Amino acid sequence: MAEASYPEDLLYHAEHDWVKIDGDVATFGVTWYAQDSLGDIVFFDPPAVGTEVTAGEGYAEVESVKAVSDVIAPLSGEIVEVNEALGDTPEQINDDPYGAGWMVKVKLSDPSQTSDLLDAAAYTATLD
Amino acid sequence: MSASETSLRRTPLYARHEAAGAKLVPFAGWEMPVQYPAGIRAEHLTVREAVGVFDVSHMGEIETRGPRALDFLQRILSNDVARIAVGAAQYSVLCKEDGGVLDDLFTYRLADERYLTVTNAANHDKDLAWFQRQAEGFDGVEVVDRAADYAMLAVQGPQARALVAGLAAGGAEALPRRFRVAEATVAGAPALVCGTGYTGEDGVELLLAPDDAPAVWDALVDAGAAPTGLAARDTLRLEVCFHLYGNDLMESRGPIAAGLGWCCKEETGFIGSEAVRAARDAGPSELLAPFVFTGPGIPRQGNAVVGGGEVTSGTLSPSLETGIGMAYLPVEQAVPGTEIEVDVRGKLRPAVVKEKPLFRKGT
Repeated sequence: MAEASYPEDLLYHAEHDWVKIDGDVATFGVTWYAQDSLGDIVFFDPPAVGTEVTAGEGYAEVESVKAVSDVIAPLSGEIVEVNEALGDTPEQINDDPYGAGWMVKVKLSDPSQTSDLLDAAAYTATLD
Repeated sequence: MSASETSLRRTPLYARHEAAGAKLVPFAGWEMPVQYPAGIRAEHLTVREAVGVFDVSHMGEIETRGPRALDFLQRILSNDVARIAVGAAQYSVLCKEDGGVLDDLFTYRLADERYLTVTNAANHDKDLAWFQRQAEGFDGVEVVDRAADYAMLAVQGPQARALVAGLAAGGAEALPRRFRVAEATVAGAPALVCGTGYTGEDGVELLLAPDDAPAVWDALVDAGAAPTGLAARDTLRLEVCFHLYGNDLMESRGPIAAGLGWCCKEETGFIGSEAVRAARDAGPSELLAPFVFTGPGIPRQGNAVVGGGEVTSGTLSPSLETGIGMAYLPVEQAVPGTEIEVDVRGKLRPAVVKEKPLFRKGT
């Protein structure tokens, strides 16, 4: 998507992830800023369902033509679903980062960690 | 001491890149456009299918002139410089005594006793010092740093020649053929037009006075050339297996292992020729070979190859839509059709060694 956007109904991690909370399961993806910085995303290497992820540590890799980047987990837990479609269409991360470009769903091990996340205003303030 | 961000140099087109929304990044001491809003893939494919324009003003130029200019260049360049006619161009490498590669270069013969050699930006100062040191005690030759005198624009793609012809006084007749150079007036500015490039497509490179570069850039863009960044320049060159100094060429390896024996004429006695001859006679233990991934993943510079070898360039090919690269491989592995595995951050990715080039029109 061409225009920067940071939906108000999401929470954000300073490493340019977004989080959508649904009970004790959270959906993770990367923000508009992240996909714009990376440029054309051409490869998403998905983690396996069942993998434990730790807040602040990488859980997947995305590659643009030029570079590879770790995707940092904003919260800890166990991956319960992976967006397998990104294997064939990683460009969805550019085209629709908050929709079809979602990456994983995670059953949270410590839902209280969400208090460490940023709202849209606080996150966008980190981008300047 | 490394250059700080504030000391990065800017080309005469910096304001054009900024206005176009380019991502500008440090590259070889310059602040260069790595991509424009169209993105690497779109830029790449536009050059393959239509025409793009690159600002490559960071590249350097060294002029060698005088009655013994030919003798001097024959001594330091690997190719047979005597074979460059006035108005022609030639590719060569610059070797150290031990045969290690200092740079790879195009040299244009502008007049009987005048040659212009284009250097890689990161190597220009080193090359210039090498030229000057070798010229000491060599009567009848003058080495002149011309880097500040030229901006350089590469116009590349199947429509490049027609586009530039439309802006040139005298039209298509005024443009040089492939591997030739001619003086022409392009968009009102005097230019050295070189029938060379780094994309595998037809096209020209324009050497211009820096003050003229913005107006010529504007004319090229207005005529339909898409601004194209250095990232697409890299993917374009790698698809056709052109070497990139600092990745595929280095002082610690020689031209034979790099597959550049064709531009080394040891009988001319150039500096490093004895080492190159010895390497050619003995046969190299490793060879630079192109490869294509047969499954997922993207190879990157520095990835190890299982069983020995090292990736020196890697990317995702926008034309082939798969991971591609070049690697120095044990010579018995560097055979087209050989299946290899590349260790990409701990994951072994299958690949197959290919012939050059990896991409050819119509394949």
